[in-house]
Amino acid sequence: MALPISYNVRNLRSRWKVTLLAIFGIALVVAAFVTILSMARGFNIALSSTGSDNNAIVTQRGSMSELTSWIDIGHANLIAVDPRVARGADGKPLASCEVVVITTRPRKGTNIPTNITFRGVTPTAFKVRNNIKIVEGRAFTPGLFEVIVGKKIADRVSGVDVGSTINIQRKNWKVVGLFAADDSSFESEIWGDYDAMAPAIGRNGGCESLTVRLTNPAVLASFDKDIRGNPQIQVQADSEKKYYENLAGSVATALIMLASFVAIVMGIGAVFGAMNTMYAIVSQRTREIGTLRALGFSRFSIMFSFVMESVLLALIGGVIGCLIALPMNGYTAATGTNSFSELAFAFKVTPALLLIGLSFAVLMGFVGGLLPAFRAARMPITRALREA
Amino acid sequence: MSATEAAAKTGAVSVQNVRKFYQRDSMQIKVLDGLNLEVPPGEFLALMGPSGSGKTTLLNLIAGIDRATSGRVVVAGTDLGPLSEGELAKWRSRNVGFIFQFYNLIPVLNAVENVELPLLLTSLSRRERRERAMTALRIVGLSDRYKHYPRQLSGGQEQRVAIARAVVTDPTVLVADEPTGDLDAQSAEEILDLMQTFNKDFGKTIVMVTHDPRAAVRAHTQRHLEKGVLTN
Repeated sequence: MALPISYNVRNLRSRWKVTLLAIFGIALVVAAFVTILSMARGFNIALSSTGSDNNAIVTQRGSMSELTSWIDIGHANLIAVDPRVARGADGKPLASCEVVVITTRPRKGTNIPTNITFRGVTPTAFKVRNNIKIVEGRAFTPGLFEVIVGKKIADRVSGVDVGSTINIQRKNWKVVGLFAADDSSFESEIWGDYDAMAPAIGRNGGCESLTVRLTNPAVLASFDKDIRGNPQIQVQADSEKKYYENLAGSVATALIMLASFVAIVMGIGAVFGAMNTMYAIVSQRTREIGTLRALGFSRFSIMFSFVMESVLLALIGGVIGCLIALPMNGYTAATGTNSFSELAFAFKVTPALLLIGLSFAVLMGFVGGLLPAFRAARMPITRALREA
Repeated sequence: MSATEAAAKTGAVSVQNVRKFYQRDSMQIKVLDGLNLEVPPGEFLALMGPSGSGKTTLLNLIAGIDRATSGRVVVAGTDLGPLSEGELAKWRSRNVGFIFQFYNLIPVLNAVENVELPLLLTSLSRRERRERAMTALRIVGLSDRYKHYPRQLSGGQEQRVAIARAVVTDPTVLVADEPTGDLDAQSAEEILDLMQTFNKDFGKTIVMVTHDPRAAVRAHTQRHLEKGVLTN
């Protein structure tokens, strides 16, 4: 039979200063780990939920983003009637001709201007992307100088509240609503009516991008091949999802690399910390271990007991770490993208991440306790009994 | 029936031609060199001798917490040589009670929990364990202190708790290493009284290592060790 767990609990309590330090160390590591993961998670959500697998974005051949692309309206109409483009209930193709321009707004707090994508869309845009929801106010009225603002950018820049007026390209636009888009990067944009916006920004008779809903994601390759094969129109089609993933490009990769690197380095550090604590605890209790062995407790039960103690300590640290990380949930941050505009994303502390944080704590406790426990169990009894 | 077999049947100690060497760097230290010792059942034996004479080593071999380099150690009818670590641990939990110089109580456990500790290795129920531990504490005269932690007890009281822990499993042999070495004269007398009680009234075979002549005179037999050899 093993030593009772109350023995471990009391040992932790009786050495509360050392225990508290170790718990605090592990809590900080877990908090940082969960926070970094939640940032990477939020960033990933912002990227991967932007764009649907069903949608293709058509841009001018060779352009890296919408900003450097132009498609004549005639060509856009030609593409829209392709049989691989799905049709809405009204029988019209689900193809959204859009214009974009970069505008700047002062950031809340610092007043430093930041770039924001201003997108002109037709009502079809809301059918092609069915995740756009008005969360405050109402949608813009076609033909009027009205805009709706993405919820994330509304949190980050000033002067875009519902009812306020913003000046873009020498025109005043009234903010009539805020919209959500499943945490995607569209929430970092301002949307207005295509027909009001195209003339205002001097882009008549075409689109910078044409987003189409395909009948089936599998037809993308043949769709792309055929429109590229048409010498009259110099265009290309990409999966909308892939397009936005590429847009964040090196920033996303760098962020996730950094997160993994920091997490691994901190994790190793924390394991050494836990190990150091357990070594100290084991060496303080050498004679106690000798006594238990002499009384007939097996090597395994002693090793198990010490590993349990270490895991218990780490688990307490893990729970505290998760509690420290929890308020970060929903915190909004932003980064630049290849399209020069800001991509805002929210930290996502999900239950799965908390579970990962706790598992990480248990792992640290287990690895940190194993070697010292092994040492404790292996020592000859006669030597253990001689130590002070 | 040979003497060894008789001892084995009734449960005492037989040390036969035992050698114990330690390797220190390149030097081989001979601690015990061909030692023979027979302890009849019910004996109270005091092992005396100067420091480094090998008396604690001999005690450790009898208690099954150390192994002889060669020779045979038979205790309570079991030849300890061929036992595995696990078997030896199990054997100790049933046959040996330990009394240490510095009591070696677990500081985070109270008196009755310390006494109960060896019973965790038995199949007794929680209630039976507690009852037996309380009985042992009553015999050593500390039933009113059962909730006290070691730091709340005097040295003499701690050693009495340790004795209760040593006898609670009803072992055949009690081994004691300088049981009075850390105690004042008064407490030492009380501890020796207790050990005599367990020897006389409960028939425990006791092997005690001591420097203390007052302790040695309480034993039936005194044996002297010098440089790994028994001199009387």
